[in-house]
Amino acid sequence: MPAKKLRTPAPLAVRDGDVVLLVGTMKGLFLFSSGRARRTWRMSGPHFPGRSVYAAAFDGRDGRRRLWAAPASMHWGAELAWSDDFGKSWSRPETPLVQFPEEAGATLKNIWQIAPGRADAPDSLYCGVEPSALFESWDAGRSWNLNSGLWGHPHREKWMPGGGGLCLHTVLVDPAREGRLTVASSTGGVYRSDDGGRSWQARNRGVRAEFMPDQHPEFGQCVHKIVHHAAAPERLYLQNHWGLYRSDDGGDTWKDIARGVPSDFGFCMGIHPKDPDTAFIVPLHSDEFRCTPEGKLRVYRTSNGGGSWEAMTRGLPQKDAFETVVRDALGVDALDPAGVYFGTRSGKLFASRDSARSWQLIREGLPPVVCVKAAVVSAKSASARRGRTTRTRTRTRTRPRARRAA
Amino acid sequence: MAVHVLIPGPLQPFSGGRSRIGLASPGTVAEALEELSALHPGVSERVLDERGQVRPHINIFVGENNIRDTSGLATPLPKDCEVAILPAVSGG
Repeated sequence: MPAKKLRTPAPLAVRDGDVVLLVGTMKGLFLFSSGRARRTWRMSGPHFPGRSVYAAAFDGRDGRRRLWAAPASMHWGAELAWSDDFGKSWSRPETPLVQFPEEAGATLKNIWQIAPGRADAPDSLYCGVEPSALFESWDAGRSWNLNSGLWGHPHREKWMPGGGGLCLHTVLVDPAREGRLTVASSTGGVYRSDDGGRSWQARNRGVRAEFMPDQHPEFGQCVHKIVHHAAAPERLYLQNHWGLYRSDDGGDTWKDIARGVPSDFGFCMGIHPKDPDTAFIVPLHSDEFRCTPEGKLRVYRTSNGGGSWEAMTRGLPQKDAFETVVRDALGVDALDPAGVYFGTRSGKLFASRDSARSWQLIREGLPPVVCVKAAVVSAKSASARRGRTTRTRTRTRTRPRARRAA
Repeated sequence: MAVHVLIPGPLQPFSGGRSRIGLASPGTVAEALEELSALHPGVSERVLDERGQVRPHINIFVGENNIRDTSGLATPLPKDCEVAILPAVSGG
């Protein structure tokens, strides 16, 4: 007998100054909110039940309070949706916003990353997708275009899919240097543009590719995640498929910083909002096992730019905890002390409100967590929003390209 | 109405909640999807990918025949037939 229809989740209660978590899972999106103390959390979800949500983002620029999500279905494909009321309603244009143009000869498989652009270009947005490609929007997400510079890159045909598919999973927009974008693809590696995305150069010098005959190729590395610091964007950290790295020159060169960690294999990575010397990782045993070493769930933190790493375990299970934290399942908020959050494949969501010193289990029993994004909803954003004319309910209505080939 | 299209639940937000849509007289499955797109944009756009192909885990039946076993989107539609859009039994 078919089950009852799923109820529509109640919208998330959010006040000015609250922290909001967007938690993408294999079976929908869950939203959490808490006051600045971050002691108790309210939950709303699942939104898009049954759909995987590998990418989500909060856009607080220009007075918005917009949530973005990328629900994907094996049956119906992947799409972008947005909400301006914390999940009370979602806009899903009739024609999915992100689609490969006909001449690309490709089909969208998934959306792996949604990244708001620079603050001084508040209508700019980026999406990293599978197969590996970058899409851009310059009109607050109403229309999207394939970045032809990266799509036409001569290296692209030699990129190979990793375990998660051939995906462009990270987009870093440099807040200081206009025109600089850095992306990461598995496999493919790190690519950087200094001219707003017109041309791209591989930036993998020093990063190993243990699965290749030449372990230091120009490109082809399986980079799992890169992060940069908003105030010092030349500083980047990289979690590789085997390897931990730091760059102090915007990715031109990478230095091995895997000292004092139980494994340099892992997926996720976060950086402290105020301190570019502080970063967070969750090491995994190996690419064969892909679970936390020794059955201990440990976040490792460096406070000296990777010179050393410290296991942060207070509040985390240290026995028989064979957990996996995937590449986008760790997020950091912008408060001081920083809030750090991560979700596991087993559906547990942990939070720290003291920069990883101690941890609290916010929720268990979620579907496998694949994405955790944290944002602070500012009062400034709210007041600006009230005086702003909204265009967000516009529904795009275009004829499907599909029919041309039908 | 000569042809009726059965709309699966996940696509009914785009069909005004309707599970069965009557179409005037499409000659083929492709024409039915085109007509459906004009009437209820959002349905055909999720049945087909951006290259105009039926998504791999979607089956379209004309009567009891899967169009993958006939002429695909060019499959002709007999009068008074039923076109069913059905998600395949797949997932995890």
